[in-house]
Amino acid sequence: MRILLDEDKCVGAGQCVLAAGEVFDQRDEDGIVVLLDGHPDEARRGEVETAAQLCPGQAIEVRTD
Amino acid sequence: MTSQPLQVARTCPYAPPAQHVEMRDNGGITRVRLPNGREAWALSRMDHLRAMLSDPRFSSDRDNPHYPSFRADEVPPSGGGGRMLINMDPPEHGPARRAITGEFTLRRVAELRPRIQEIVDELIDAMLAGPQPVDLVRAFSLPVPSLVICEMLGVPYTDHDFFQAHTATMVNRDTPPDEMQKTMQALWLYMAELVQGKSREPGDDVLSRQLADGAAPEDVIALAFLLLVAGHETTANMISLGVLTLLERPEHLAALLADPSGTPMAVEELLRYFTIVEFGNSRVATDDVELAGTTIRAGEAVVSLTNAANHDPEVFPEADQLKLDRGARNHLAFGYGRHQCLGQNLARLELEIVFNTLLRRVPSLRLAVPAEEVPFKDDAEIYGIHRLPVAWDARP
Ligand code: HEM
Ligand code: SF4
Repeated sequence: MRILLDEDKCVGAGQCVLAAGEVFDQRDEDGIVVLLDGHPDEARRGEVETAAQLCPGQAIEVRTD
Repeated sequence: MTSQPLQVARTCPYAPPAQHVEMRDNGGITRVRLPNGREAWALSRMDHLRAMLSDPRFSSDRDNPHYPSFRADEVPPSGGGGRMLINMDPPEHGPARRAITGEFTLRRVAELRPRIQEIVDELIDAMLAGPQPVDLVRAFSLPVPSLVICEMLGVPYTDHDFFQAHTATMVNRDTPPDEMQKTMQALWLYMAELVQGKSREPGDDVLSRQLADGAAPEDVIALAFLLLVAGHETTANMISLGVLTLLERPEHLAALLADPSGTPMAVEELLRYFTIVEFGNSRVATDDVELAGTTIRAGEAVVSLTNAANHDPEVFPEADQLKLDRGARNHLAFGYGRHQCLGQNLARLELEIVFNTLLRRVPSLRLAVPAEEVPFKDDAEIYGIHRLPVAWDARP
């Protein structure tokens, strides 16, 4: 599983951090998403997909490769 | 296409109006007539609303004369000059939002936990030391978010009564136009003075940091105004509605008290269930847009029936039931897209602390009037409760 982020679309709502705090974080200055783990373990698929679904900016893409 | 008059007031505290539900179940894109006689499209499905709210061709500009109004008269929406984040469209919105988001990240908000807990405990102490019955709205629900946001902005607490009275007048749809104008001006003037004070004598607060980062004073005034108004009535109404619900449904209260770690999810479900900012995600089209087979023309108003979308059984099984352990955050109570609530994680934290503290510290808390007599804000832009008289067993 691979995660792609589009920083320009991020609105800093922090939904991704709420859903998957081990994978996503927010930058202190402007709240923009930071990837803690670009290749998370399969076990985290559920929470990562929830994060992508909740993201109000549609900034998170989850790839299977 | 023929239009039908939009039902604006709520008919039941616990469910969207039947008209909105019918619209949702019959395609979800409906031509409606607003109280001022203007026409608009009403959107009531989650998928349509998400698509609309992430499409840059829909504008949030509440100063646009075509932006939908829910008042019967034509009140100029002006906030007294200055541009507010909530009214901005791309490309203006993005940089303005980033300039303030650092103050509202989950980490920053989490740092406020001890202070919010203290505020909540002090307000409960004061309430318990006073006479009863007491109106929980005035004694507790309003002061909690009010104190929190005033401290963040560096507003002195002595100016509180002023704020609460003015914001309540401003969000009431029945306020006469001239009083509305005066109220907004008074709040705006207050903010201007506050910001001037901060540029002379900076403090450890959001406004001073914005000024230090180079923000123009008039932008900081607009921001202060927005944060005060947006963070105040909303959270207060969720506190009152949540407390009423828990008092009226002892099985939910028992579950909440048994496991405080479930409270964040209970908060999420209460947000969905009440969807207090019903029309807050409305927009105006700036271009012809095709949405699920319907063409919305440039200049047409789009009304968001958010409560109906949040009660869609296709999205939330048994959506008409309150299930505190539902665990679904995909509701639209905080909106969606670039304007999704900036203060959402602050609101979540305040509500979690309140529900975990008030009913644990005051287990005998009860309504002091019959539940049918609780006055709901059917007429306000933000749904809630006007007064919530409560009592408790005084300590021997
Ligand atoms: C339960 C409490 C709250 C609810 C239900 C709520 C709801 C909302 C909604 C629906 C929007 C989107 C409006 C739109 O799409 O046009 C919004 C935006 C906003 N909210 Fe909240 N809110 C709450 C608490 C707060 C708090 C505590 C603050 C700040 C202290 C706040 C600050 C804002 C701001 C600044 C915006 C505009 C963001 C932007 O335009 O980018 N809100 N809120
Ligand atoms: S949920 Fe989306 S918009 Fe919010 S911080 Fe994460 S990436 Fe950014």
